[in-house]
Amino acid sequence: MSGADNVVWLGTPPFPEAARTALADTRLRANLRRATGTIRDKRLAVAAELEDWEELRETAAAVKRHTLRHLDHHLLRLEKAVTAAGGVVHWASDAAEANRIVTALVKATGEDEVVKVKSMATQEIGLNEALAGAGIRAYETDLAELIVQLGADRPSHILVPAIHRGRSEIREIFRREMGEWGRPAPEDLTDEPRDLAEAARLHLREKFLRAKVAVSGANFAAADTGTVAVVESEGNGRMCLTLPETLITVMGIEKILPSFADLDVFLQLLPRSSTGERMNPYTSLWTGVIEGDGPRNFHLVLLDNGRTATLADEVGRQALACIRCSACLNVCPVYERTGGHAYGSVYPGPIGAVLTPQLAGIQNAASLPFASTLCGACYDACPVKINIPEVLVHLRAEAVEAERRDRLLPTFEALAMKAAGAVLGSPRRLATVQRLAAMGARLLARDGRIGALPGPFARWSDTRDIPAPARESLRAWWRRTRPPSSEGSSTTAEGKGRR
Amino acid sequence: MRIALFITCFNDTMFPRTGRAVTELLERLGHTVEFPQAQTCCGQIHFNTGYRPETLPMVRRFAEVFAGYDAVVAPSGSCAGMVRDHYRVVVAQYGDAALAEAVEHVVPTVYELSQLLVDVLGVTDVGAYFPHRVTYHPTCHSLRMLRVGDRPLKLLRAVKGIDLVELPAAESCCGFGGTFALKNAEVSNAMLADKMRHVQNTGAEFLCAGDNSCLTHIGGGLSRLRTGVGTIHLAEILASTEGGAR
Repeated sequence: MSGADNVVWLGTPPFPEAARTALADTRLRANLRRATGTIRDKRLAVAAELEDWEELRETAAAVKRHTLRHLDHHLLRLEKAVTAAGGVVHWASDAAEANRIVTALVKATGEDEVVKVKSMATQEIGLNEALAGAGIRAYETDLAELIVQLGADRPSHILVPAIHRGRSEIREIFRREMGEWGRPAPEDLTDEPRDLAEAARLHLREKFLRAKVAVSGANFAAADTGTVAVVESEGNGRMCLTLPETLITVMGIEKILPSFADLDVFLQLLPRSSTGERMNPYTSLWTGVIEGDGPRNFHLVLLDNGRTATLADEVGRQALACIRCSACLNVCPVYERTGGHAYGSVYPGPIGAVLTPQLAGIQNAASLPFASTLCGACYDACPVKINIPEVLVHLRAEAVEAERRDRLLPTFEALAMKAAGAVLGSPRRLATVQRLAAMGARLLARDGRIGALPGPFARWSDTRDIPAPARESLRAWWRRTRPPSSEGSSTTAEGKGRR
Repeated sequence: MRIALFITCFNDTMFPRTGRAVTELLERLGHTVEFPQAQTCCGQIHFNTGYRPETLPMVRRFAEVFAGYDAVVAPSGSCAGMVRDHYRVVVAQYGDAALAEAVEHVVPTVYELSQLLVDVLGVTDVGAYFPHRVTYHPTCHSLRMLRVGDRPLKLLRAVKGIDLVELPAAESCCGFGGTFALKNAEVSNAMLADKMRHVQNTGAEFLCAGDNSCLTHIGGGLSRLRTGVGTIHLAEILASTEGGAR
């Protein structure tokens, strides 16, 4: 298994098509604008409080660069430390292998249900579906993940998976579905956030107290001590990480940090970048197993699933530095209009547009690197300084190369680019085209504006007028008004450029 | 100073008046402006759309045409950004040592207009006069690639007669993004709609920016809706004088 199977849910239409559906959803647009706007402002405010914010970012980026460069070394250290602390380490090369490992571990306990801490890695590999296939029910315990699960929905944001839902929708989902999964919602449930949270709390409490097995992801793992960390806001994670007898953690191999001390930097950056809080309410750290305290069995599944291949790409590998804070999503003007579903991946937004094609193979997500205006807001917001625009453009080149390889005939775009290259390759040809454009414009334009264009440019002219090309290009004007004999400026210049 | 004008292919064809404005302005400030006729395009369209090898001839041409000037000025943040940020990338991937050296020489001499005026020529008051209500949109590449900061605003504030009003959500992308506007036309339109709403709320007669490409996109929408709001390049405001053009 590889490629498209690495990341669940790539059956979506390409981005432009999926985005069209999303754009038509007025409720989605309103929910997203409000939610991303709020988090964006909070993030800016709390980042501004730290005088050394830029230094922290630089340090974090440096730690990540170092870690990725010596990933093999640190992973072996981690395995050793976790094993020494009484945990068991498993290596999974892809999604299928990880799912097999986790399923077998749960089966071995004799249980047929697990509680889950919110985890991107298990979303990425489609663990819940795989467990369901083996007759094991997985209960999401993060409030937003619970909303998504009960609604038979897909997450649309890394941090706030149900960001696309309004509270009245959540009330409906709770009333309709909670009874199917356990304790039903109260009859008189309102759409007040407090009431909704209380309903979820009562529903989930039963699960926490009953569960013998928990599955989590990891925000960080320290290679020197074998300590694994989960950062969260609700406390549900802590319940899952401490109450059950068996804890299975699935972690992307890039989540590792060389040492426990490195957490210092990341625990400052992550909450500020993700929720706009100075500190997250719950940070759970555990090291193997301890007699009489917490789970008696701890399994750490180290997941590759396309990461080693990503690591081999010198430009693209920086995407592995991502700490899943989702700051890039919240500042992205494209994400703000389309929401996460349009990206067809558990990793939406700018980071998803660079991570997904690398994990799944460019041919399986070729529209994603183009789902950006390259405005650069994501790069500015990223706490670990991932140059997302750089990776986007890099992957665009890969997408074009892949298409050239796979297609017998060039696309319209490729032909247009070739033609443009020919014109722009010579000032004389450019001047000719400029004269032709000016002539054509006189036929098309009314009051100096063109209202409709044919072919692929119709998409532009559907909503925008186009100014008519000038009657005289600048180069023609210069040639006419500043003849080479006077002062010789253009003569020298032209002589210079001639090859 | 002996300054070469890199007009950019788009301005050359569509907005020669911006090039004339840059020339007028710099000559008024006492500098020599030259226009190398062999120039064509920075290659950004190809580079950003993924046609990277096709960019190389344009990089080569640029490095040859613009070698040896005190400064090269481009009235476009995104084209100047292409040269400054991406030329080295193209050369490292496809070029040779000679080209790498040529690029190393030319890249540091390339400036976006407001950077040239404020940082190199050391002026903020260029003696312009423009008695209109204007709002300024900082285009993404000027803002986040070139980091021009408030240089354009400093220049605009020094213009006599101007009524400069702040644009809400100024730093949000307008949705142009080159081929993005064609590939993701609907998303582009949604972003444009918000930008136009903010522009109209200012009550400005003109929207000013340092990139005619973004202005073509926003202005095209404003024109289609018959809003009566005009668009104007920063250079054209700075070139305007009392009794002069406009």
